[in-house]
Amino acid sequence: MRFAEYWLREWVDAPGVTTAQLAEQLTLLGLEVDALERAAPAFSGVVIARIDHVAAHPHADRLRVCRVDDGSGTEREVVCGAPNAAAGLHVPYARPGAALPGGRRIEAGEIRGVVSQGMLCSEQELGLAEASEGLLALPEGVTPGRDFREWAQLDDAVIELDLTPNRGDCLSIRGIAREVALALGQSAQGPECSPVAVTHDQWLPVELMAPAAAPRYAGRVVRGLDATVATPAWMQRRLVRSGIRPLNPVVDVTNYVMLELGQPMHAFDLALLGGEIRVRYAEAGEDLELLDGRTVTPDAETLVIADDTRPVALAGIMGGEATAVSAGTSDVFLESACFLPAAMAGRARRYAAHSESSHRFERGVDPALAVMALERATALLQEICGGEAGPVTDAVDSAHLPRRDPIHLRHERLVRLLGHEPGDERVKSILEGLGVAVAEQDDGWVGEPPTWRYDLAIEADLIEEVARVHGYNRSPRTHPAYAAVIEPLPERRRGVDDLRDELVARDYHEAITYSFVDSDLQAELDPEAAALRLANPLSADMDVMRTMLWPGLVGALRHNLNRQQERVRLFEAGLRFPPTNDGGDVRQENALGLVAAGPVETEHWDARRRAVDFYDVKGDVEALLHAAAGPCRFEPASHPALHPGQSARITVDGASVGWIGRLHPALQRRLELTQSPVLAELAVEPLLEGALPAFEPIARHPSIRRDLAIIVDENTPAEAVVGAVHEAAPEELQRAFVFDVYRGKGVDSGRKSFALGLILQGFGRTLTDQEVEDAVAEVLGRLQADFGATLRE
Amino acid sequence: MVSAHVEELDLEESVAAAEQAIADAADLEALDRLRVQYLGKKGVLTAQLKALGKLPAEERPAAGERINRAKARLHESIEARREVLEQTALEQRLASERIDVTLPGRANTRGSLHPVTRTIRRIERLFGQLGFRSAEGPEVEDDYHNFEALNIPADHPARAMHDTFYFPDGRLLRTHTSPVQIRVMAEQGPPLRVIAPGRVYRCDSDLTHTPMFHQVEGLLVDTDVAFSDLMGHLEDFLHRFFEREDLAIRFRPSYFPFTEPSAEVDIQCVMCGGEGCRVCGHSGWLEVLGCGMVHPEVFRQVGIDGEAWTGYAFGMGVERLAMLRYGVDDLRLFFENDLRFLRQFD
Repeated sequence: MRFAEYWLREWVDAPGVTTAQLAEQLTLLGLEVDALERAAPAFSGVVIARIDHVAAHPHADRLRVCRVDDGSGTEREVVCGAPNAAAGLHVPYARPGAALPGGRRIEAGEIRGVVSQGMLCSEQELGLAEASEGLLALPEGVTPGRDFREWAQLDDAVIELDLTPNRGDCLSIRGIAREVALALGQSAQGPECSPVAVTHDQWLPVELMAPAAAPRYAGRVVRGLDATVATPAWMQRRLVRSGIRPLNPVVDVTNYVMLELGQPMHAFDLALLGGEIRVRYAEAGEDLELLDGRTVTPDAETLVIADDTRPVALAGIMGGEATAVSAGTSDVFLESACFLPAAMAGRARRYAAHSESSHRFERGVDPALAVMALERATALLQEICGGEAGPVTDAVDSAHLPRRDPIHLRHERLVRLLGHEPGDERVKSILEGLGVAVAEQDDGWVGEPPTWRYDLAIEADLIEEVARVHGYNRSPRTHPAYAAVIEPLPERRRGVDDLRDELVARDYHEAITYSFVDSDLQAELDPEAAALRLANPLSADMDVMRTMLWPGLVGALRHNLNRQQERVRLFEAGLRFPPTNDGGDVRQENALGLVAAGPVETEHWDARRRAVDFYDVKGDVEALLHAAAGPCRFEPASHPALHPGQSARITVDGASVGWIGRLHPALQRRLELTQSPVLAELAVEPLLEGALPAFEPIARHPSIRRDLAIIVDENTPAEAVVGAVHEAAPEELQRAFVFDVYRGKGVDSGRKSFALGLILQGFGRTLTDQEVEDAVAEVLGRLQADFGATLRE
Repeated sequence: MVSAHVEELDLEESVAAAEQAIADAADLEALDRLRVQYLGKKGVLTAQLKALGKLPAEERPAAGERINRAKARLHESIEARREVLEQTALEQRLASERIDVTLPGRANTRGSLHPVTRTIRRIERLFGQLGFRSAEGPEVEDDYHNFEALNIPADHPARAMHDTFYFPDGRLLRTHTSPVQIRVMAEQGPPLRVIAPGRVYRCDSDLTHTPMFHQVEGLLVDTDVAFSDLMGHLEDFLHRFFEREDLAIRFRPSYFPFTEPSAEVDIQCVMCGGEGCRVCGHSGWLEVLGCGMVHPEVFRQVGIDGEAWTGYAFGMGVERLAMLRYGVDDLRLFFENDLRFLRQFD
């Protein structure tokens, strides 16, 4: 809701209140001021002048010399290039000494040999428009010599409110004035809206065929209008400052009354209406050409205004083109109705026909306003266009008028909810100031809300009103008392934050990428998963929900690689949306994704100068798996996005929890990545439930280490070898591990050498040499049998 | 008789020569050789001791004593010299082992938490002090939890304020974290102290809007929670969050269908100190929070007796708070994941 400050001040006299204070007061009432603009930039020395005579400039074809009356008693000569300069025209005139916007000073000066005493102004020159053609022509009847700024009320301000949807009652000067007056302890005074004289008896019958949706419809015929006259400057000014373009006096008056009182109105050209008015739902097959030129087919849930044969307006939304008022209109039928929010909700949007009118009806228009607004509009219309008013038709179905049931407001509840007590007198005066009819009771009050407040229905509504008008910032600040309980703290359980901290400590930066990704990229990285598609994506590159975190991370990797960041290590924790196994729906599960590319270490005087590889990232993943409850494995497996020889499925306790591998080189090329990244992704949940430490006695006897170098086939996995060692060795084997892998001299091609470390530990005694030798022999025998392993000499 | 005298002179000479040699010993090895030469099993003094038996019995004690004194003296000299030499050797070693301690250490790099995570943690920790526990909810939501249960029926004008992403089956991406309120209230029941951080989505993208952003929802339900408690908690929170006890805060009446009374909370602009600047739209105030008392209809939807229990709820935009806290001037930076941005939050 935009409006001119001067208009509001006509209703509420607040001389001591500055514009800024007024704006703050509105905001603190919950009517948030979104913008506060001056009506015009600063300028001075500009008065209204009348051009009395226009003569050709002696030395310039395009210039003319105007003699103007500026009210000073002395005619002035002004050189002017505007094509519309003509005798009799009233225009703004910048006298010598005037200061125009942009720091421009006007002085008397010679223009091609003729002295020009100032300048006649266009809208652009006064900062009133971005561009303009010719002089600003003022209406007839203005007085030469009058200060233009004052006449045009350019010291006015335009206030824009960002109203919440519950406050439809404040979509008018009347509603805003009511609030401001209450806050300032004054009363709001509007213009006279008494009935005009009825001078003919032509009327249109109105039938309420959908009274539950439209319980009231008032109208009247006004005949003999002159719709060719100009709308008065003051009215145009107010409309413009409210963001409404003046069209013709009839439409301007209906818009003006809507802004002033909050009642949307419509004027039909009576000559184009065929018979009686019916307020009903649209019927199948009905079309309607709207004022904006589009033809819509209203559905059966949409109210229309119809005459005997056809719909002539989308009720409360937009009028029809066929019955529109034009300059040639002389008789109109004025509509002032009440369509209820439930019947209006969402309808305008259905036809992409959101309007000032629908905006108000969706939020609720005061059902008591219809006739008052009709009288006000008639009076204004007659003032501007003349015309004769007929009797008011006021069709009302009182059973369906919105009810404002009395609300019980308990004193105890008010205090309990607010935490303080504004005082009984204050409560009563606030409610009454809002138009609530208040009756006192033993335990509080009973309040009957006014017709214009659709949002007041329950006790909490009244409590909010009391708090709001009393002023939130006058409330004390308190702290609630509640039971001090020590909550459970499961020690086995880690949080996602612990995983994040682990990765940050391991030199990964946390990324946050959009949960919706490009379906093409998604299909490249996870071709087998059917991604959940958005019905209304913002753009084609954000059209599906990610089934895994890699698309976003790869995007972030590419962003950084393209910006001279050679070493990229990113992780993300967030939901992914893979399809369920039966394909019917998606799961929403927390996942952790990693991507690493570029040098393994930042450049450093002693750094290892190689690119990050599978084992670097595997180490990071193993650190994350450290606390997992079951045994973790990396099984060779292929994934469409990964290098087939450098990828593994990660399992915990036999269940798959994720993937790790180098990005497939073909994919790297297609995605135009300058580095070959290693990717990993893990389900978060299996990583969170760990084991509680359980103490085991520390052995007192020394342990014994034996190292073995064996040669096996190239494709023998280390895990299988170590597993076999464990199986073959006696229980005294504490640990077996690969401490070197060797290929080359001394090892046949196609074979490799593992150096194994075996740590043996006797229980309660030191193992004898013989026992150790036996264990090693056992292990070697097994490795030979299982893998054809030979001892490397 | 004569012999004893002669021996005495010999001993004096030997000791003097030994002392000189010890003093001249250049390193520990040379010193050790001297020790062996004089005091070793086959050393000069040891030999003299062995030769005592050749002396007459009455001379033996005196001669023995002389030899032992000489031994002790030499031992002392050797040890003193050893100390000097050891000290010198240590000093040489230390000098040779000198390193440039100003070179950087190895593997000294560290990653960073995203500023959104960092901010969420700060919020969680502050409310954690009051016993608020974190909760999560789905991001692909249904209409009931995102709107209906929050007292926003279909076609309610408030829906227009949520530019919602939909799926073909009618589900949607949650437009706020408030559905978590509903789930927690319905599943756990009162009393409740819950905080719910997470991603939310609006179909909107420009300089100041991204289609995904983060909110933190807070919910407190107990027997006697008042609006003034909400104000007290939020005012404390904002003062502590910004570490500015003098930060001006104001509560403005507003409207959310799921709270009543409802308020929006403004803080004095932290960029200009309330003077008015580009960030605050020259108003001196910055909106940072929406809040209110849980609406009776919401309690009814989740089966909580609104007469027995009262509660407050609030929601805040994480990126907004992070921008103000760390001086970030472009919202879109949060989702570009540019390392030059992320590294600043280590």
